[in-house]
Amino acid sequence: MLSSMPRLTFSPAVSIGLSIAVATGLYGISFGALGVAAGLSVWQTIALSILMFTGGSQFAFIGVVAGGGTGSAAFGAAALLGIRNAVYGMQMKRMLKLGGWHKFIGAQVTIDESTATAAGQIDVDEQRRGFWTAGVGIYVLWNLFTALGAVLGDAMGDPRQWGLDGAAVAAFLGLLWPRLRAREPVALAIVCALVTVLTVPFAPPGVPIIVAALVAAAWGWFSRGPAEEGLEPDVDPANYDGAHETHIEHGSSPPQERF
Amino acid sequence: MSLWEWILLASALAYLTKLAGYLVPARWLENDHMTRIAGTLTIGLLASLTAMNALSAGQTLAIDARVAALVAAGIALWLRMPFLGVVIVGAASAALIRFALA
Repeated sequence: MLSSMPRLTFSPAVSIGLSIAVATGLYGISFGALGVAAGLSVWQTIALSILMFTGGSQFAFIGVVAGGGTGSAAFGAAALLGIRNAVYGMQMKRMLKLGGWHKFIGAQVTIDESTATAAGQIDVDEQRRGFWTAGVGIYVLWNLFTALGAVLGDAMGDPRQWGLDGAAVAAFLGLLWPRLRAREPVALAIVCALVTVLTVPFAPPGVPIIVAALVAAAWGWFSRGPAEEGLEPDVDPANYDGAHETHIEHGSSPPQERF
Repeated sequence: MSLWEWILLASALAYLTKLAGYLVPARWLENDHMTRIAGTLTIGLLASLTAMNALSAGQTLAIDARVAALVAAGIALWLRMPFLGVVIVGAASAALIRFALA
């Protein structure tokens, strides 16, 4: 057994990782249903979960396609939304020191939730257990529930009749919400939403999202807020923590506090 | 290119982006500018996707049942419902409004 893969004992980090895996994996069902509603085939939707495996980018890809955007616009939105995973990879490299081929597998499961689960632990073995339990657990459940959602969505017929276009709106707001913990991210979110709405009539579908991304990048370049703003997990491990005291590197304020 | 090709290309890039964090020298990525832009991009894109999915219909803006879904989802999040609950609230409110107005 290589040193970067600690023995899996049932520890606090494993229990948090499993809770996160269940909570996050379950909402794969909404991705699956929305993927099919957006016009992807069942297999295309499943392929996104197996291969892309980063919720925000997957939702972005199908969100652009649902809005009538081109494949290239969907690609652009997914690529830009995935950039934060490079930052997570860098943090995990420093924290977990994965050796050899472990980093090539670890990279695929380096997402908001696995990073946050690891970062919530203090002991290095616990950080590794948390990362792998959350990462692999979410990977398995996210793919199972994506497949279930895609098959159900396919059987449901007209997605509008079931309000699935409303579900997509709710999903994006739900992904955005945990990141709005201070005044500045709220201001940024409002500006980018306005830019999008004002650009829609003048640009092909999908392009307004790229325009908003440029505004957001410029905002990040010129402003001086806390460096890790926006890098919060959708499902926060701190909420699954029970008695164990965690230390969260993410976000600038306690996870319970919203607005 | 077909949609399948864009899916495979976007997935490959997503993996390489994750792997980049492990492979490139830390000093390339490890500066506050890079971390900060990754964060503001995430917020900006999600806000933009929310607005687009709520209000756009192709190249026009439309106020319809999706706005009800947006408001209902906001309330559900305010009440700290879990993600899946929020999505179901969004779907149900859009479906109900559409049914009521039909």
